[in-house]
Amino acid sequence: MKGVVDPGSLPTEAVQILTPDGTIAPDADRAIDLKEEDLREIYRLMVLTRRCDEESTNLQRQGELGVYCPCLGQEAAQIGSAYALEPTDWIFPSYRELGPALLRGIDPADILHMFRGTWHGGTWDFRKHRFAPYCVPVGTQPLHAAGFGIAAKLDRSDVVVIVYFGDGATSEGDFHEGCNFAGVWRAPVVFFCQNNQYAISLPTARQTAAPTIASKALGYGFPGVRVDGNDVLAVHAVTKEAVRRAREGGGPTLIEAMTFRMGPHSTADDPTRYRGAEEVESWKRLDPIHRFAAYLERESLLTGDFVARCAGEADEAAARLREAIVGAGPPPAEQLFEHVYAVRPPVLERQLERLRRLQARGGEG
Amino acid sequence: MPTITLAQALNEALRHSMRKDPRVIVLGEDVGRLGGVFRITDKLQQEFGEDRVLDTPLAESGIVGASVGLAIYGFKPVAEMQFDGFTYPAFEEIVSHCAKFRSRTRGILPLPIVIRIPYGGGIGAVEHHSESPEAYFAHTAGLKVVSPSNPADAFSLLVESIEDPDPVIFLEPKRRYWIRAEVDLPVANGLPLGRARVAREGTDATIITYGPCVRTAEEAAEEAAADGVSCEVIDLRSLVPLDLETVKASVRKTGRAVVVHEAQVTGGFGAELAARIMEDDFLSLQAPVLRVGGYDIPYPPAKLEDLYLPDLDRVLDAVDAVLNY
Repeated sequence: MKGVVDPGSLPTEAVQILTPDGTIAPDADRAIDLKEEDLREIYRLMVLTRRCDEESTNLQRQGELGVYCPCLGQEAAQIGSAYALEPTDWIFPSYRELGPALLRGIDPADILHMFRGTWHGGTWDFRKHRFAPYCVPVGTQPLHAAGFGIAAKLDRSDVVVIVYFGDGATSEGDFHEGCNFAGVWRAPVVFFCQNNQYAISLPTARQTAAPTIASKALGYGFPGVRVDGNDVLAVHAVTKEAVRRAREGGGPTLIEAMTFRMGPHSTADDPTRYRGAEEVESWKRLDPIHRFAAYLERESLLTGDFVARCAGEADEAAARLREAIVGAGPPPAEQLFEHVYAVRPPVLERQLERLRRLQARGGEG
Repeated sequence: MPTITLAQALNEALRHSMRKDPRVIVLGEDVGRLGGVFRITDKLQQEFGEDRVLDTPLAESGIVGASVGLAIYGFKPVAEMQFDGFTYPAFEEIVSHCAKFRSRTRGILPLPIVIRIPYGGGIGAVEHHSESPEAYFAHTAGLKVVSPSNPADAFSLLVESIEDPDPVIFLEPKRRYWIRAEVDLPVANGLPLGRARVAREGTDATIITYGPCVRTAEEAAEEAAADGVSCEVIDLRSLVPLDLETVKASVRKTGRAVVVHEAQVTGGFGAELAARIMEDDFLSLQAPVLRVGGYDIPYPPAKLEDLYLPDLDRVLDAVDAVLNY
């Protein structure tokens, strides 16, 4: 009918290359555009992510971190997407992007300092890694990515930016404004939603009445794509397309990666209060690393040697992480006054003097 | 010397900064083709093009949030909020991001963003167009808060705010956009940002104010002088950083202080000034510091706004009270 837009007509099936048992999906319509060494590297990063994530959860349970937001189960979505970027591209994370951070060579201890409470935002070099600080206010970072993408466009640079967020973030106004701005400027931005099915306790079905999150892209005038988020090859393929389109001036893409947060929202959360064991079990059978490993084995790309090497390296990284975090103290209190402004205003000078005086007396800190 | 309005001075300041530094870009609603609803960005898009004067979609949080990304990339965004009351959708981006980025990234990603806000009442506007939100921002660590009261300061403070490495909330007294003064542009030796100005010298009482109320205070001081009372008027120019030294020097001289602003008095910036004066100069005070500001009510409809805005009578009443304490 003239003028009528019908949400029922939109596709809801996700792009898939690998079936859960690691065979090529019969209807796979995208080629695997990765060399053997890339496939191995992706596997290595997924294993490393899972091990460091597990260690981080353990560190929290042992009282070394105030809180931690695990990414268990989301390794394919995270590594598959970030692997599609050039090292010169920028990443704007939420607070769960351990995988992309490791891919960018960020020391995971620099992430955990935030969760331990030694400093805010993370302590890596944001410019060197082209990886923005962790962003806690949900759904605000898509706007930063949009602004960054607009900047790249105004500067006629070929830098692309990817921004990570969850299903819950798509209900926030800033997500909408970010997509809208990026759409208007056709900015080189990839909006990457990890739809892990729950925003803390709220299932995606209660988050939006849209047929898919990917379909929201239509409202902003750019393509959206729903992908099997536990299929690292499919995630990589659709992200690569989006990155290429962005770099060639074709504007933004919204990717919805269907995945599952196997753990709690954060270590302070108790997911048994809002989701059943059966649902968790069903997703366990879709484990992204097992699926990819099965494929690599079938292709004879996964030797026992390599598997052991990856596991060993991941254990070592976890041990280094533990060593860096256990007992780590905060910086000197003066640092709190250091970067509030480029130059300390008189009122802060005064307050700092007072703090020093009390510290000298042994009164504080 | 040419005579220009405060609005023209702001327009010249933007032009001056954009000519000087190619990283400076202007963005906001209707700032391009139209030149802004108050014409502060008039003809800038003609000179600098659509890549440096960006007409944005109608979304204040979007304007500020995009400015964060633009600044991370390396631009120096000057964002316009169309009216004070429409700044609130951007509050989260301002408070949670603009204000905190330098600190949380240990200086690696500072955000040199200027957010220009036409603020205050007195123009007979419809609701949500006459707010004085300065206390929210002055309360937020990491932001600078600036408000000029005259054309010369409008130029120099805006140029300096754009050059400043920190995010600046630049509050433009909209009912004073059309006041005129002789100004030789570019203003070369204005007081730096963070320094207050003694707008009028006096010996009996100090009136401390900023932005639109400076003119009111000057007029009140004129009236008082006719009655033989000598008022000193301090124009703060910036609330953050605050030039407490200039304030204190005046209060030590007069022993009496009245703070004037349009914003509601409870939790307003006047409360901060009163507290700071008392903390440092309790013994030089001959009377309590009094505040003249808006009543603790939502900003009234236009036909009643004169009752709300500090006027000569209310300022002089407070001056009388501190003199006769």
